[in-house]
Amino acid sequence: MIRVRDLAKVYPTRFGENLVFEGVSFDLAMGERLGILGRNGAGKSTLVRLISGAERPTAGTIESSISISWPLAFAGAFQPQLTGADNVRFISRVYDQDFERNLAFVEEFAELGPYLREPVMTYSSGMRARLAFAISMIIEFDCFLIDEISAVGDARFHDRCNFELFDKRGDRAMIIISHDAAYVRDHCNRWGVLHDGGLVLYDDFEVAYADFKELIGWKPPPGWPQIPVATA
Amino acid sequence: MASAADRRGPIWPHLRIQLRVVDALLRREMLTRYGRHNIGFLWLFVEPMIFTVGVTILWTATKSVHGSDLPISSFALTGYSSVLLWRNMPGRCIGALQNNLALMYHRNIQVGDIYLARLLIEFGGATISFASLAVLFIAIEWMAPPEDFLKVAAGWLLIAWFGCAVAIGLGALSHLSELVDKLWHPFSYLLFPLSGSAFIVAALPRFAQDIVLWIPTVHGIELVREGFFGSRARATYDLSYLIPFNLVLSLIALIALRYVSRRVVPG
Repeated sequence: MIRVRDLAKVYPTRFGENLVFEGVSFDLAMGERLGILGRNGAGKSTLVRLISGAERPTAGTIESSISISWPLAFAGAFQPQLTGADNVRFISRVYDQDFERNLAFVEEFAELGPYLREPVMTYSSGMRARLAFAISMIIEFDCFLIDEISAVGDARFHDRCNFELFDKRGDRAMIIISHDAAYVRDHCNRWGVLHDGGLVLYDDFEVAYADFKELIGWKPPPGWPQIPVATA
Repeated sequence: MASAADRRGPIWPHLRIQLRVVDALLRREMLTRYGRHNIGFLWLFVEPMIFTVGVTILWTATKSVHGSDLPISSFALTGYSSVLLWRNMPGRCIGALQNNLALMYHRNIQVGDIYLARLLIEFGGATISFASLAVLFIAIEWMAPPEDFLKVAAGWLLIAWFGCAVAIGLGALSHLSELVDKLWHPFSYLLFPLSGSAFIVAALPRFAQDIVLWIPTVHGIELVREGFFGSRARATYDLSYLIPFNLVLSLIALIALRYVSRRVVPG
């Protein structure tokens, strides 16, 4: 269980303080998948960073009795001069995991072939994404933070990611950020809209999405099918 | 959370994690820096050895005046090795966090671990270089074995302590302002001739002695030389100045580290 209470984050800028959000509170239990919608700059990634523990909140608390992953799909932690295998070795050491077993999994999942033993800087962005995702899967976290994973890779990669995440690890807690509303709809069972410095929670995707569209000023183009939206 | 909550309780499990993390960072850094080409990680101490041998040859060839009857080779070895020790540590830590911001996503890894790994590498490199050259110089009879090994070790460790404190402090501050990086290079370059590596205190005029004895590295190097050469070094040092200096410096460095750790935004 993760308990978030009255979370606030303020960044200092050269023009004074910028409040990203405040008063964000929610609980997340195992098996719950919270999808967060929000405009660019609404603070989605900031929220994920705070929950991952990489950054400290300005106010509020995050209590967790379960292990939380780093934000998935995030490829930044690779040392570009090192090989993919060396990066697997590093992560295995940091998290005290069996390197040989991890390497075998990454070899199988990422399908990098001989490139697994070449420096990461020679990889294409798709190869990097496959390596990043495979490395994220070798540590069995209780809660996965997923930041825009649908933005990288091809259809086959997406299918394999979805299988690893939602079939093999469907019992875990997840927080998913995406601009792809259908992805969030299909894979989450709770939703939230981050807007104007606050988080509103929903149990129904259609209600969340209707509110979100109104907030971002989305207007149906002419000829758009008018489907009545159930209100909460 | 990675805040106070999960740091309470017994210290051993946390120490074990930290040791593992520092070990992982250390290997990663060595692989990144030296790779698997040619002599690989041997560069760790071959590089400072080349520096020291170069300076020794240069000073011998120019018959540098250092104001004592010590052989110039052993004088250069003790002096220049010490410089490499305290000067490379801050050099490696300044900007280290900026380059490794993404690591902050792993909650086991703390800002201080990044510095610690680099400090261990620098300390190891400088120490192996110093020790192997000393053994070589002794073997070919350019210098005698140290008269008091413990004094050499104490002086060496005190210089390393000074280097670590400066490195952590400046490393943390460099994350707040790029001025640190810009100013460190001229500052360390100017400090080199004053650091005690190129002179012995006893050979200086009185007023100059009073000035250079404010510089902490001077005390450390004089102690190393006394360990090596005994009374011939005519060493002047005051541990009741150097140790409190290091303590206060360490305190400032740790405050800076804590300040930065609390505000770091991963890249």
